[in-house]
Amino acid sequence: MTGVIDNGTFWLVTVLLGIGTYLIRFSFLGLLGGRQLPDWLLVHLRYVGVAVLPALVTPMILWPAAAAGQFDPLRMVAALAALVAGWRLGVIWAIVVGMGSLWLLQYALG
Amino acid sequence: MQGLRDCAPFVVIVIPFSAMFGMVATDAGLNILQVIAMSAIVIAGSAQFTALSLLQEGAPVFVVLLASLAVNMRMAMYSAALVPHLGAAPMRLRMLMAYVMVDQTFAVSVQTFDAKPDMPLGDKVSYYFGCVTVVCIPWYICTYLGAVLGQLIPQSLSPDFAVPVCFIAIFAPMLRSLPHIVAAGVSILSAVVFATLPWNFGLIVAAVLAMLAGAQVEFWQRRRSARSEVAK
Repeated sequence: MTGVIDNGTFWLVTVLLGIGTYLIRFSFLGLLGGRQLPDWLLVHLRYVGVAVLPALVTPMILWPAAAAGQFDPLRMVAALAALVAGWRLGVIWAIVVGMGSLWLLQYALG
Repeated sequence: MQGLRDCAPFVVIVIPFSAMFGMVATDAGLNILQVIAMSAIVIAGSAQFTALSLLQEGAPVFVVLLASLAVNMRMAMYSAALVPHLGAAPMRLRMLMAYVMVDQTFAVSVQTFDAKPDMPLGDKVSYYFGCVTVVCIPWYICTYLGAVLGQLIPQSLSPDFAVPVCFIAIFAPMLRSLPHIVAAGVSILSAVVFATLPWNFGLIVAAVLAMLAGAQVEFWQRRRSARSEVAK
């Protein structure tokens, strides 16, 4: 893939991410006791997963670093296959179908 | 023991997922110590994948942290939802519970606690830790195995593609309702529209817009069902 990850940056990110994640997990159970989050905030939090992850994946599919940033139709098709498999069948199938279909397409067309 | 048994099916997800992280992280140039440390310190697969791919792109540290922590914000909801069940446990135990709070342990425990409201606190605590044992121990072991064995995988198998596939595997099953689907759609579109923003800011902008879109659709659905209630 692309750049080499600097050792210092890696540890900085890992430690801060660990602390931040721990504080999120500890928040209510540990510090805030039984206080409830306001409803509007809970509603927004419910969509964090589907808001962040697709935006993260999209550039990886459209401009893959392994293909030097060039659009690769095989990766696109395999990604769509993984999406459908994950949606209908679940996590494991998304991984199996996604990787499997890319290999199959590369083997068949490559 | 019950918790151990109820969570056992999730091992099937945890094993390939953690092995995949080990593999991808090694492929990105991290050494075994770094890979294991990240899995042990963070224990949150999707945030680890997020941080890793942004680090590789050379995104600034605060963008990496903002994006990865955003992925983990859902755990604030878990933490809040566990309070009525486990909030009375001693602080020392609660500190430990927070460290091992992951999607699977949360989902299975809350489901059980809701179904059996008269379960004594002691039983709930041991149930929770039963779930944790089954999910977190394979998490560590398989990250290690993935990191060691991943180096044997040839480039011709496109191991780089495992990263987007893992993300898709996490969010695809979440697309269970209209607001979730709208949020994901807005997220993808905005990621393309804002792709040229510097420092991966496109990701943050896309995530915020998508979150607002999902919440607005849910509010709209609520208003609509409230209106049809009145009409009846």
